[in-house]
Amino acid sequence: MDINYNEFEGREIMEPILKIQNIEKYYGSRSSLTKALDGISMDVNAGEYVAIMGASGSGKTTLLNVISTIDRVTSGHIYVADKDITKLKGNELNRFRREELGFIFQDFNLLDTLTAYENIALALSIQNVSPKEIDERIKKVAKELSIKDILSKYPYQMSGGQKQRVASARAIITNPKLVLADEPTGALDSKSSKMLLERFNYLNKELGATILMVTHDAFTASYASRVIFIKDGKIFSEIERGDDDRKEFFNKIIDVVTLLGGDLNDAL
Amino acid sequence: MMLFKLSLKNIKKSFKDYTIYFFTLVLGVAIFYVFNAIDSQTIYMDVTSNMAEIIKLMTSMLSGVSVFVSFVLGFLIIYANRFLIKRRNKEFGVYLTLGMSKKKISLLLFFETLFVGLISLVVGLGVGVMLSQAMSLLVANLFEANMTDFAFVFSTSACEKTLLYFGIMYLLVMIFNTINISKCKLIELLQSNKKTEKIRLKNPVLCTIIFILSTFTLGTAYYLVTGGIDHLDNANKIFIPIAMGIISTFFIFWSLSGLLLKACMSIKGLYYKGLNSFTLRQISSKINTTVFSMTVICLMLFVTVCVLSSALSIKNAMTANIRELAPVDVSFSKYLYHENSVFDVNTPQAVLDDAKVSLKETLKNHGIDINETFKDVVEIPVYRIEELTMRATLGEQLDEISKKFKYLNYDNEETIITVSDYNKIAKLYGNETYSLNDDEYMIIADFDSMVEIRNMALNEGVSITINDKTYHPKYTECKDGFVEISSNHINDGIFIVPDHAVEGQIPFHELMVANFKETSREGKNRVNDMINKKINSAWNETTLTSVNTKIEITDASVGLGGLVTFIGLYLGIIFLISSAAILALKELSESTDNKERFQMLRRLGADEKMIHKALFSQIAIFFMAPLILAIIHSIFGIKFCIFILETFGRKGLLSSIIMTSIFLVLIYGGYFILTYICSKNIIEEN
Repeated sequence: MDINYNEFEGREIMEPILKIQNIEKYYGSRSSLTKALDGISMDVNAGEYVAIMGASGSGKTTLLNVISTIDRVTSGHIYVADKDITKLKGNELNRFRREELGFIFQDFNLLDTLTAYENIALALSIQNVSPKEIDERIKKVAKELSIKDILSKYPYQMSGGQKQRVASARAIITNPKLVLADEPTGALDSKSSKMLLERFNYLNKELGATILMVTHDAFTASYASRVIFIKDGKIFSEIERGDDDRKEFFNKIIDVVTLLGGDLNDAL
Repeated sequence: MMLFKLSLKNIKKSFKDYTIYFFTLVLGVAIFYVFNAIDSQTIYMDVTSNMAEIIKLMTSMLSGVSVFVSFVLGFLIIYANRFLIKRRNKEFGVYLTLGMSKKKISLLLFFETLFVGLISLVVGLGVGVMLSQAMSLLVANLFEANMTDFAFVFSTSACEKTLLYFGIMYLLVMIFNTINISKCKLIELLQSNKKTEKIRLKNPVLCTIIFILSTFTLGTAYYLVTGGIDHLDNANKIFIPIAMGIISTFFIFWSLSGLLLKACMSIKGLYYKGLNSFTLRQISSKINTTVFSMTVICLMLFVTVCVLSSALSIKNAMTANIRELAPVDVSFSKYLYHENSVFDVNTPQAVLDDAKVSLKETLKNHGIDINETFKDVVEIPVYRIEELTMRATLGEQLDEISKKFKYLNYDNEETIITVSDYNKIAKLYGNETYSLNDDEYMIIADFDSMVEIRNMALNEGVSITINDKTYHPKYTECKDGFVEISSNHINDGIFIVPDHAVEGQIPFHELMVANFKETSREGKNRVNDMINKKINSAWNETTLTSVNTKIEITDASVGLGGLVTFIGLYLGIIFLISSAAILALKELSESTDNKERFQMLRRLGADEKMIHKALFSQIAIFFMAPLILAIIHSIFGIKFCIFILETFGRKGLLSSIIMTSIFLVLIYGGYFILTYICSKNIIEEN
């Protein structure tokens, strides 16, 4: 199942929101060099829902970190909405993060001193949005993610699934160009996972959010519209859901995982 | 040996966290040394024997205070150490999982404490020795002594004492650590930084009620020590307001922490602006648990401000008083023979004989040549009359006054001087002279509370009777002045009357004031010693003459001023350091916990500037809250101190408050800035 990423170039022309050109990331010294990312190139179009799969150590989290500007590339370029983010420095980086990106992490990363409402509001207040507008936007997003009832609760009073939905609300409330999710279901039970992923689909389909998700779980990946497989810092293969239903897509993913050499078997 | 290396590495690695701890230890050691080394510095100073006595007294007082100081520092060190250990729980957990025994971990901590202790002692003593050289200038200045020559002084005894006291403190820390480690459980250690604190919002109604109640209590306490106090006759008058103050301070912090958050939250424009919600929540989440330490710090700051400013103001007032209240070199006063006087059957015949001659005669009889020794001599008689008691001078105001001042003896005979005699002295002193009509009298006084009492009577125009003749007050208030030289404002009232009023009376006292002919410092000291030897030793042997010399008064004032200053400085600085260090360490340990939170803010895209601002305001609020309440406390506390120290006068108050503020800004502000910088380093990205 040798699917080349270039095969998809022929499809309808869309403006890519994320353009990655031949990026490399090296760790360590000259004598013991680790290539975490070894010449990766890929595009993500506006409104796409892309999952990146790979085993531990494959470089998938490093990829997410360099896209989110938490880490820097050794060489290559990353364009978000035509802006080369590898060239940004200091407060430009902060502005880029707050205006163009939304984050969702495995460990939720909610501030434990703030209520759900305040956690979500913080993303907006950093951008100097007026309290009135903050309130309107939070009410709207709370409805969409069904977290209306827990807005006044503190993180320690919420379940994992609730926390992750609050984190998702915080990620999308700023209308970011790109939502980055790092193992969003990693700490959730299967029921909460399913519910969260359905919410992601809603965000993607109904609200048009562009989502880039890193996971090692085939079930989670099967919710995406495209899955990119990474092995040893390189793109191994890529499959698109097309018109398949989720079950069929899941099976295709499993096929690639098998092909990858059982590295991801633990993901089942 | 491996443990040894590991502990060294640990210290190096966590130097960032240890900065403030280390800084505080060094400062503590240095100050302890400096104040205990003062006596060895005075050796090189040229001081009179009186002054040497006072310095000796001060040294022993300082070493007494040192015991107290070592308790304060001991608590501080144990407290600080507990913080640092808590931060490293996870590290210990890892050691335990690797199979290290608790005993070994204790040993590791033992080495760490030993290293930190040794280094801080060496550095602290080094700093202390340096500082004490500068201190000797201050000592010389405060005791108005000449430095015979500048010598580098190292006090072995102070050094030994510092080593001993701090050695004991560090030993206690080691014991404390061992107990702590042996008690802890592995699971708790490993999960210690995953603990999420429950956040409870306090009931705003309850907060409001408690806030109002405690503000009221505090207000009452303030009133009790200022407006509502006339005199201090039992300890409850001071202890009850203090207890009220302590309790209300605690509850004000408790309720205010809840109320302020609630208030800020309701102002949406403020709360949802930038990182304000984050900062406020940070503060309130901690203030719930730090109300107690806030209270302690607030009270310590309060004590510091009061002690420092009172001590400095006593010192200032004393120095200022001498110039004003001792305008001549010497004053003699002798009881003249009088039937109802101090003379009784036990009085030696020589004294009785002496009481019948003039003061000049007495001095000559005791071997003092007046013409040789003195210049500007003024000799005046001082009268007392049986019928003119205090009761008689107060007129109808007596009832009201005696209700307020129960403990005055209203049957004391008043002191009387004729106006021309008074003018002779006033002229010599450079004070104002007066003239009186035949039926007028006036009062000269400078002791504030007595002035107040007498003014009540003068204001009513109470007339007095001397030898069946009536006199009316010329002025409606006492005039400032005195006749005998002294170190303080202690003239409780002298009645100045026309010359004819006491004609034919036998004076009660005879008073003589004069300057020394000698002008050099050494010469004056020599004359001073000579007079003391000849007159003081003859008291109740051959004469009842008392003598006050400017040199003695100066020595006593300057010495006492210096003593009070040093003890005030010592306690004040230690208290300031302790409270600032507790706050700083608390903040720093929080900053480490907050590292992840600030990381999160960065991911949300908060600017470094926003983050620094949030951190700054968070730390600033924590430092300012106890300070503000402490300053409010101090306003009333200082008022109370003024009331107690009334006799010293209040001239130096402003400059002493300025000095106190400088200390406060330097030490407290220094800790604040240091805390901010260290916290910033901790939350900085890599």
